[in-house]
Amino acid sequence: MNSLSLFPPPGPDGNITLFESNNELVCGTSLGSRQKQGWEPPSLLFPRESLKPHSRPESSSKAAFLDHRDTLWMRSARAWRDSGLSGLLDEIANCTEEEVPRWLTVGCSWTLALLRWVSSFHGSLFPHLTLSSEDMVAEFSQVLDWSDCAVRAFAWHPHTDKFAVSLLDDSIRIYNSKSATAPTLKHRLQRNVAALQWKPLCASALAVACHNCLLVWHVDPTSLSTRPSSGCAQVLSHPGHCPVTSIAWSPNGSLLLSASPVDTAMMVWDVAGESCVPLQRVGGGGVTFLSWSPDGSRVLASTPSALFRVWETRTWTCERWPCLKGRCQTGCWSPDGTRLLFSVQGEMVIYALTFTDAPGEPHGWSGSSKAAAIVADLSETSFSTSQGQVRVGGQVQTMAWDPRGERLAVLLKGDPEAPDRPAMIAVFKTRISPIFELLPCGFVKGESGAEPRLLQFHPHFPNGALLTVCWSNGRISHVPFFFVSAGGSVLNPGGSPPWPLPQSRAVENGERLLYTEMSS
Amino acid sequence: MTSSRSRVIFWRAAASVAWSVLLLPVTTALFAFLSRFSLFHPIQWISESFSLLYGSYVIFSLVLLCGVVLVVGVFNLEYYTVVPSVPCTKIALLGKVLHPQQSVHSLVHSMMGIMVTWCAATMIGGRYWILAAPCSEEEGVTGQKMCLNEYYLFFLLAGAFMGYSYSLLGVVRNMNYVSFQTIQQCKYLRFKGMLPQVVRYSAVQSLYSVRNYCLFYFFFGYIPRAWICTTLNVHEDSSLHRLDTVSGLLDFRLLYHLWLSGTFLLLTWHITLLLFRIFITEAYSFPVQSSFSEDVSQCLPKVLSEKQPLILKFLALQDLFLLSQQSLSRRMEVFSLSQPGGHPHNWNAICKECLSLLSDLSQRLVEYQEVVASNGRARPLSSHSDQRSTSSETLGMSLQILSIESRPFSSSSVNRFVGNVDPSSPWYGSVQSPHVMRRGPKLWTASTGRLKFAHVKNFLARRVLIMYLFNKLPEASSQALFADSQAHIWALEGLSNLVAASYKEDRFGVVQTMLPSILSTMLLLQEAVDKHFKLPHASSKPVRSTCCLEDSTFKTLRFALRAALKTAMYRITVTFGEHLHSVQMSAEHRKRLQQFMEYKE
Repeated sequence: MNSLSLFPPPGPDGNITLFESNNELVCGTSLGSRQKQGWEPPSLLFPRESLKPHSRPESSSKAAFLDHRDTLWMRSARAWRDSGLSGLLDEIANCTEEEVPRWLTVGCSWTLALLRWVSSFHGSLFPHLTLSSEDMVAEFSQVLDWSDCAVRAFAWHPHTDKFAVSLLDDSIRIYNSKSATAPTLKHRLQRNVAALQWKPLCASALAVACHNCLLVWHVDPTSLSTRPSSGCAQVLSHPGHCPVTSIAWSPNGSLLLSASPVDTAMMVWDVAGESCVPLQRVGGGGVTFLSWSPDGSRVLASTPSALFRVWETRTWTCERWPCLKGRCQTGCWSPDGTRLLFSVQGEMVIYALTFTDAPGEPHGWSGSSKAAAIVADLSETSFSTSQGQVRVGGQVQTMAWDPRGERLAVLLKGDPEAPDRPAMIAVFKTRISPIFELLPCGFVKGESGAEPRLLQFHPHFPNGALLTVCWSNGRISHVPFFFVSAGGSVLNPGGSPPWPLPQSRAVENGERLLYTEMSS
Repeated sequence: MTSSRSRVIFWRAAASVAWSVLLLPVTTALFAFLSRFSLFHPIQWISESFSLLYGSYVIFSLVLLCGVVLVVGVFNLEYYTVVPSVPCTKIALLGKVLHPQQSVHSLVHSMMGIMVTWCAATMIGGRYWILAAPCSEEEGVTGQKMCLNEYYLFFLLAGAFMGYSYSLLGVVRNMNYVSFQTIQQCKYLRFKGMLPQVVRYSAVQSLYSVRNYCLFYFFFGYIPRAWICTTLNVHEDSSLHRLDTVSGLLDFRLLYHLWLSGTFLLLTWHITLLLFRIFITEAYSFPVQSSFSEDVSQCLPKVLSEKQPLILKFLALQDLFLLSQQSLSRRMEVFSLSQPGGHPHNWNAICKECLSLLSDLSQRLVEYQEVVASNGRARPLSSHSDQRSTSSETLGMSLQILSIESRPFSSSSVNRFVGNVDPSSPWYGSVQSPHVMRRGPKLWTASTGRLKFAHVKNFLARRVLIMYLFNKLPEASSQALFADSQAHIWALEGLSNLVAASYKEDRFGVVQTMLPSILSTMLLLQEAVDKHFKLPHASSKPVRSTCCLEDSTFKTLRFALRAALKTAMYRITVTFGEHLHSVQMSAEHRKRLQQFMEYKE
C-alpha cells in the first residue's frame, strides 16, 4: 500500500498552492482570484541574511578574555560553578607544579579520565548525550533543519488571531490582528528557542523553551510597547533540565509540561508558584517531544531511544510503547483525544493508536489498543509533471491535525543530496467518526526553491482549516482549506454559534480511501 | 457526625504512622551499617554490622524508636495546618516561637531527640556506651571512683539540641503547613519521588545542626557537664581531652558519628512528616448526594459548608475541583434535581458556598486596601489573625499592624488548642462592612485607646531594637491575606469548570439562574485582586526555598489565585461566547467582561 501514489501530482513549478476549494488544491502565481474573508493573517518574510545568529557558545570565548592569573581557589570555585565536578578536576589537572602538588594533578587527571570513560559508556547507551546542546535541539526539534532555519518556532494563540514567531536571532515577535504594533521579545536567557506555546484560557502568557530554562512571557495585549522589558518574563529552571526541547500546556491552562533530552524526568510546572514536580521514569534516556491531547486526558512523551510513553493525566501513570525501528519523531492527537497518530524515525509510515475508554470515567485505563496500526505508507513515489520527474516521500518530520479533525498535514523530509526529492507537505483528508478514514488531498507547494520547515494549523479558522507554513527562505505563508465541516461546531473550542452553512458532506465520490477502519 | 468524618483524617494519619514504623527497620539497619563504616577493614565492617543487627540492643532500640515515631506522628496530627499563620512582624514571629503550645512541642521533641540519640549511641557502642565509667588507672585512685563519660553526655545533649532545632526551624519555616499537590499522583510514586530530596535535606540539615551544636558546646558545654557531675556525684576524667576544647572537638570519628546520628534522627522524623503530608492530602471522593438521610452529612454540599475541621473543607473543595474536571457522572449528579420537589439542591449549595468564599476574599481585599489607602500608612486595626497570641503577647500582637485577616477559617490547630474563636462572632463568617469588622475582638476599644496606642508607638519608635522587632516584614501582609487562597483557587476552578460543562450537560438549566451572580462575584474579585497587585510589595516574588519539606506554596498563592481567576473568567467567556451578552449585569461589569471577550485582559 503506497498512499502517496494516490495523490494528485504536485502543481507545476513556479506556482504556489493558494487554497483548497471544492475539494481540490488550487495553485497559482498570486492570490488575486480569492476574495478576502475577514482578517487575513499577514504573510511575512524574514530573510535569512537579515538575522544575525548568536554565533558563539558562551564558554568557548571565555579563555580568550579571562585573566588566568587568579588564585587557584578562585579559579577552582569558578570552574565548579560553571561546569561542575569535571570542570573543577580539569582546572586542577591543568595547574602548574608550583601551585599544586604533583600527586594532586595526577590524581585529578586520572579521575577525569575515569569520569570521561564512564560518561562515554553512558553515551554509548544513549548516543544523544554526546551531542552539544545546540545540536541536540536541532536533532529533536519539530522544525526541519532547525539550526539553519530563519524561523525557529511558531505558535498561534489558541483563542484569538495572534501568533508568535521565534527567529534565528533569538528574538520573538508577536503579530496581532487587532493592533498594528508587533512587540519584539528579547531576554538574556532566551537562546536557542526550540518551541513556543501560548497558554490556553489566557490572553497574554507565552511559554518559551530555551537553551537552559523555560521562559513564560506575560505580554499585555493592550500595551503599545514594542519592546516589553525582561521583567515581564518568568524564568523557570530546574538543575539538569536543559536544553528544553518541548513544552506543552494542559488544555485547561493550569499546568505546563517541559521536556529535555538529557533529563529522564518530565517536569510538571505550576507556573504561578514557579514550582515543579518531576515525573521520573527509568529508561529512554530523556524526553524529547510532548503533546497533550486536546481533551486533556493524555500526554504523549517520546524519548530519544526506541520507546515512547503515553501518560494519563488523572493520576499520572504511563503506558510504555516500545518501537521497533527508532525513536518516535512526532505525534498528533485527534480533537476528541481518542486517537494518536505518530511516526517513527527510520520508517516512512504513520501509525495510529486508539484509546477507547471514555476519558473522565473511573474504569482502569486499559482501553487502549494493543498494537499500533499502520494508516499511511509514505514511501517514495515518482510523479511526472511538466518539468519532469518529481520524487516525493520519506520520513515524517512533523505532523499537524486541524482542530476539527478533517485535515492532516504531514511534513516529509526530503533528501538534501537529491535535488529532485525535496521536502514536501502532504495533506490528507481525515474523518474521525463514525469510523476513522484517511483520504488523499494533495501537496502544498511554496515558492520555487523554498522548502517547508514547520507547519501548524490555525486553532479556530471559521471556514475550514488554515495551515500556516514556515519556509526555508524565511517566508511564513498561510494556506486556507475551505470546506464544510461534517461535525458542525462540536469541536470548536470557542463555542461560537453553530455553523450557518448547511451540514452537508463534501463530495467525496470517486475518491479512493487510503485507510479506513472497516477494511483493516 | 463531624466525628465520623474526622475519622477519615485520623485513619489517614494512623496509616502514615504505620508506614513510618514499617520503614524504621530499614533506616535503622542503614544507620547501623554506616555507623561501623571503616574504609580499611571492609570485611570486618560488614560482618560486624550484620552481627550487630541481630543484637538485642538493636531490637530494643527499634521498639523505643517506634515509640518516638508514634509520638512524632501524634504531634504532626495535632499541629498540622492547611492555612499557615504568617507572622507580619519580627515580634509576631517571636511570639509564635515562645508560645506555650510551641514550647510543649519543643520540649517533647528535645526529649524525643535524647531518646533517639540514646538509641544511636547504644547501637554504635564503644565509647558511647555508658554515662559513668570507672576512672582510668593513671590517676592512681582506687577503682571505686566513677568518672563521667563525656562522649555520652555530648551525644545525648546533641539529641536534645537537634530535637529543639527541628522544632524551632519547624515553626520558623512553617513546617506544619500542609499544602496540596498540583497533580494527583499515587502515594507510592509521590513518596518515591520525594525520598531522595528528603534524604539530602536531612543530611544537610544535620550538618548545620552539628556545626551549631559544636559551637554551642564549645562555649556552654561546661555547664551541663558540671551539673551532671555534681548531681550524679561523678568525677571528670582529667586524663582525657575535654570536649569543649578545639582539640577535643576535632575528633573526626566523633563528628562523623554525631552527623550520622543527626541524619538518622532527622530522616526518621522527616519521613514521618512526609508520609503524613502525603496521606492527609490524598484526594478523597465525597458522594455528591445520598439516598439515605443518615449519610447526608457525608455528602459534598454539606461538607463544603462546614467550617470545621478545615482539612475536610479543603478536601471537599479539592474533590469539587476534580469532579468538575474529570467526572461526567458526578457532574450530572450536581446538575440533577431533587426527586420530590425538583429543586437543584446540590448545585445551589455548592454554588452558594463557592460564591461566599470568593466574596469573602473580595471583602477582605477591599478592607485591606482601605486600610492602606487611609493616609498611606497602616492604621492600627483592632483585629489580627493570631488568636493564640492574644493570651501571651497582648501588647506585642496589638502592635502587629496591618494583619487584618478576617479569614473565614482560622488555623485549625489553634482552635483545637485554644478554643477561643467564637464562631458566632461577627467577623467569623462573612463580613458585611468594615465597621462590623472593627468591632471584632476588642483589644483597644475606643478612640482613646487608639490615641494611647499612638503615644506608646511614638515612644517606642525611638528605640532601634523595638523598631526592628515591630517593623512590618515586606510582603508578609500580602502573604497573610492570601494564606488560605488554595480554597479560593479550587472554588474558582470548580465553579468555572461546572459552568463550562453546563453548556452541554445541564439539562434543566440550573446553572443559568446563577450565572449573573457568578460572573459579578468573579468580576468583583478580579477588580479587588487587580487593585491589590498595584500595592507595593504585592507583586514582588518571594525567595524560593530549595527544599521540598519547607513548603513555601503559601508564599505564591496570590499569584496562583490571580492566574486561576483569569483562567476561570476565560473559561466561561470562551464557552458561552456571545451568549453572555444576554446575561443581566451592571454596565461596569459588562465593560469588564467585554475585555475578556476580546482577549484583552
